[in-house]
Amino acid sequence: MTYIGQGLGEAVRLLLQLDPAVLKVAWLTLQVSGLAALISVVLGVPLGCALATRRFRGRGALVSFVNVGMGMPPVVVGLLVSLLLWRYGPLGDWQLLYTPWAMVIAQVLIAAPIVASLSFSAIVSLDERLPLQLLALGASRLQADRLLIKEAKLGLLAAVIAGFGRAVSEVGASMMVGGNLKDETRVLTTATVLEVGKGNYELAISFGLILLVLVYLVVAVLTVLQQAGKRGCS
Amino acid sequence: MKQKLWAGLAAICLAGALLLAGCGGQGAAKTEPANKDIILSTTTSTRDSGLLDALLPVFEQESGYKVKVIAVGTGQALKMGEQGEADVLLVHAPEAEKKVLATGAAVNRKLVMHNDFVFVGPKNDPSGIAKQPVDSALRNIAQAKETFVSRGDDSGTHKMELALWKKAGLQPEEGWYRSAGAGMGQTLKIADERQGYTLTDRATWLALQKNMTLTILVEGDPSLLNIYHVMEVNSEKFTKVNKAGAQAFSKFLLSSKGQQMIAEFGKDKYGQALFFADGGKTEADLGVK
Repeated sequence: MTYIGQGLGEAVRLLLQLDPAVLKVAWLTLQVSGLAALISVVLGVPLGCALATRRFRGRGALVSFVNVGMGMPPVVVGLLVSLLLWRYGPLGDWQLLYTPWAMVIAQVLIAAPIVASLSFSAIVSLDERLPLQLLALGASRLQADRLLIKEAKLGLLAAVIAGFGRAVSEVGASMMVGGNLKDETRVLTTATVLEVGKGNYELAISFGLILLVLVYLVVAVLTVLQQAGKRGCS
Repeated sequence: MKQKLWAGLAAICLAGALLLAGCGGQGAAKTEPANKDIILSTTTSTRDSGLLDALLPVFEQESGYKVKVIAVGTGQALKMGEQGEADVLLVHAPEAEKKVLATGAAVNRKLVMHNDFVFVGPKNDPSGIAKQPVDSALRNIAQAKETFVSRGDDSGTHKMELALWKKAGLQPEEGWYRSAGAGMGQTLKIADERQGYTLTDRATWLALQKNMTLTILVEGDPSLLNIYHVMEVNSEKFTKVNKAGAQAFSKFLLSSKGQQMIAEFGKDKYGQALFFADGGKTEADLGVK
């Protein structure tokens, strides 16, 4: 019980003092997971849309592949990325292991399938006659796609939020490929694990709290955008 | 509306990307080494005790190198050396280290420091191991079938614990012997929650004891010495190894400045040193055959 009280007190103190070490970790978390979320959206949304609106060979296989990706255990992704990026692994010459970039790669592999799958669902759940109608009214394929994306934006934004949430909460894979290096690859989740290992529960609780606040702020911004978009379109 | 929304999102993320890219080029030093990054593969105890936090900034400032610390169990740390995935190793499992030396994967093994292992357990000590020699302490735990929490992670501490059971001629049994598969801090926490016994290095214990209800029961036995060596990964075998960096780090640990920092470390916070500096000594000097 004392830990919780002390931890909360300490967390508030660190936040109010804007402790530079803590801010650095929080900022790095936002950079790494923000970039991973962006890449996941750039890859995932078009893939989801294509799967929903196009018919091509291997589409069924790709849909099931993306859906499996949603349930992909992060620790397997971490292991896979480690093996690829090892100094003597296939991509070892890039010297990416234990850098923020390795963490971005791992988080993209984890988050992109989620974004793709949720985007797919968002567009598929639109009225199935809508694309046909758009095409019949003389829209080109790309114009029709743009209108479909606009129609499905609530669901697509949910996909973006889920992707960011998944990336920012990743700990096992981030630890494995990032190495939890101070000032370099130490993010809020891995810092929390580290401080628990060191027995600094107050600091661990404050990292946990800051992570919650960070996720809340990002999701709040996205939600405001989502709701604003909804009003603009009705 | 939609464009605005996506543009906003993209701007946030791009700003992040740019800043991230900018992070790579910081930290100019007086003498810029050709390959700045050194991968140090070490045990969790050197990190969790805070020793590396004290040593590394000084070394990095002096040399211009950047040390990437991968703190894992000694088993994994040695494995990384054997595969050429690290540049320098700071580990504490002498028997396993000698095997790695024999394969030619590592060179220049040097004694850096030591402290000792201690058995900790509940204050009421249900197995009655307090102040016993190690063999009879372990026998009492086995006979009373009291909970014993093992690291179970192939770390130096785990290797030491297995060797002690073997030396006592005992075979721990499932039921009361729990394998945590975790670092020292976590294992101590489990032992504390379950009111069991465990073996820990003194440095981690001193750093964590403020959160513990357990107490030291067995200490000071010569078989409980915990000896740390530094080894450079063999650059003739693994060409990607940062040889100059590994040498510089090893040299720093054994320099009079490095040794003095090790000897002083922890005195201000715990009232006693966490490690004894042993630069230039051999295991024989510590009374190990």
